[in-house]
Amino acid sequence: MRPVIRECMLGFTRAPLLSTLSISTIAFSLFTLGLFGLVAVNLRHALTALENRVEIVAYLLRGTPIEAAMIAAEDVTAFPEVARVTYVPADSALARAQAEMSEFREAFRDLQVNPLPASLEVALHPGQRDPETVAAVAERLRGIGVVEDVRFGEEWVAGLARLRRIAGLVGGVIGLAFAGVALVIIATTIRMALLQRSREIAILRLVGATDGFIRAPYLLEGALKGLLGGVLALLLTWAAFALVRGGAPEVVVAPIFLPPVIIAAGIAAGTLLGFLASLVSVGRHLRPMGVR
Amino acid sequence: MSEIRVERLRKEFGSVVALDDVDFAFPEGMVTCLLGPSGCGKTTLMRIVAGLERPTRGEVRVAGFAVNDLRNRDVPRLRRRIGIVFQDFRLLEDRTAEENVALALEATGMRADQIPARVLKVLSQVGLSTKSRSYPRELSGGEQQRVAIARALANDPPLLLADEPTGNLDEKATRAVVQLLRDINASGTSVVMATHDAALVRESSFRTLEMKQGRLVSDSARGAGEDLA
Repeated sequence: MRPVIRECMLGFTRAPLLSTLSISTIAFSLFTLGLFGLVAVNLRHALTALENRVEIVAYLLRGTPIEAAMIAAEDVTAFPEVARVTYVPADSALARAQAEMSEFREAFRDLQVNPLPASLEVALHPGQRDPETVAAVAERLRGIGVVEDVRFGEEWVAGLARLRRIAGLVGGVIGLAFAGVALVIIATTIRMALLQRSREIAILRLVGATDGFIRAPYLLEGALKGLLGGVLALLLTWAAFALVRGGAPEVVVAPIFLPPVIIAAGIAAGTLLGFLASLVSVGRHLRPMGVR
Repeated sequence: MSEIRVERLRKEFGSVVALDDVDFAFPEGMVTCLLGPSGCGKTTLMRIVAGLERPTRGEVRVAGFAVNDLRNRDVPRLRRRIGIVFQDFRLLEDRTAEENVALALEATGMRADQIPARVLKVLSQVGLSTKSRSYPRELSGGEQQRVAIARALANDPPLLLADEPTGNLDEKATRAVVQLLRDINASGTSVVMATHDAALVRESSFRTLEMKQGRLVSDSARGAGEDLA
């Protein structure tokens, strides 16, 4: 076995308790970050689901021929912000109201004339559902001749946009704080593990080892501890997710786990943090002159 | 030719002057003793020679390297030309005698298949071939110091620096270590030994430089007790 790999493995076998503590500390630091990520991802997921419900309804003038309504629908579909336009005839609107508003079923049955107009339901592309864009599209719809009125729940759309901005800001600040704390804990853990081996480093320098030879096993060991800590953190985060998913009621949408790209980034970050913490810590022992 | 040449060497630690205008040359192939009480500057001088400390002023040449002007990348190259032994042995407690010696060879890039034979050779040289699998805690002080000497000799350096190598040893072990240093010198390695033990130096008949308060005060090679101050 090459000395670098052997020395790295010896670091684990000769100090199993310290190695286990290092890995556990890294794992719990990243687990905290993982839990925060889980909350942030699900909040974003829920807000996206709510945004998907943003829709503009353009009510048509009574007596608008279906051909004119279809031409208007084609025109609206050509708007760059618009994803989908659905024509809802007056009869369908009444049937839907009867189905959805059961408490007024009797009143609807007694109607001699359908009071509901035909409409165009306009869905927008993702990223085009902010209050300004929605209002601009609504304004253009009002300019179409067969359109009598346009509704899109202005206050609700504005509230949702505010909520997303606040969630992004608070999430960013808290996420950075969590990441900073994890970074400090991981760096301290690796440094403590290395302090225990400062005598070994000093002896290697005395016998003429190059900095590269001395560094390599410690960097590998740090990266490996970071990797194992990252994997352990992932398992803990998954266990927490499974626990919450089993017991919590569904809010807006079913909860989701961290997407693969975030999982990969988390484990890579753990590995990189372990590597960098080792690099900095070993560097403190490698001043060219000053072996004690 | 001199293995070590020191000219107008001065070393300060803040306001403390550890070495002041030290000037000497250690010729190749000899055993030289640096004698003096604790705090006289012996260890500082040895550390500067070993490239462990930078001088404040002066020139120091060791095994072809200008230590006062050493580039960082040349530090390991200098240390491969010098074997270093300390009073406290500095062995790794969780490695056997042979693993401690092998570490010095791995560190300098010796091929893995050549290491066991070389380890056995140097452990035999210091009389410890039968204790190669022993851990430091299983060895006496004298034996631990011999493992440290074996490690220092592993890369066959032309110069061996020993800083108070007998400081932690009893009389019998001290005599054995001094004899070992004499044998090592006989096989072609220059040896510099720092000690505060005047009786040991008197018995040994090695060339002796005496230090006091950071200055060289006498050199036995210039005549008994000749004052250099």
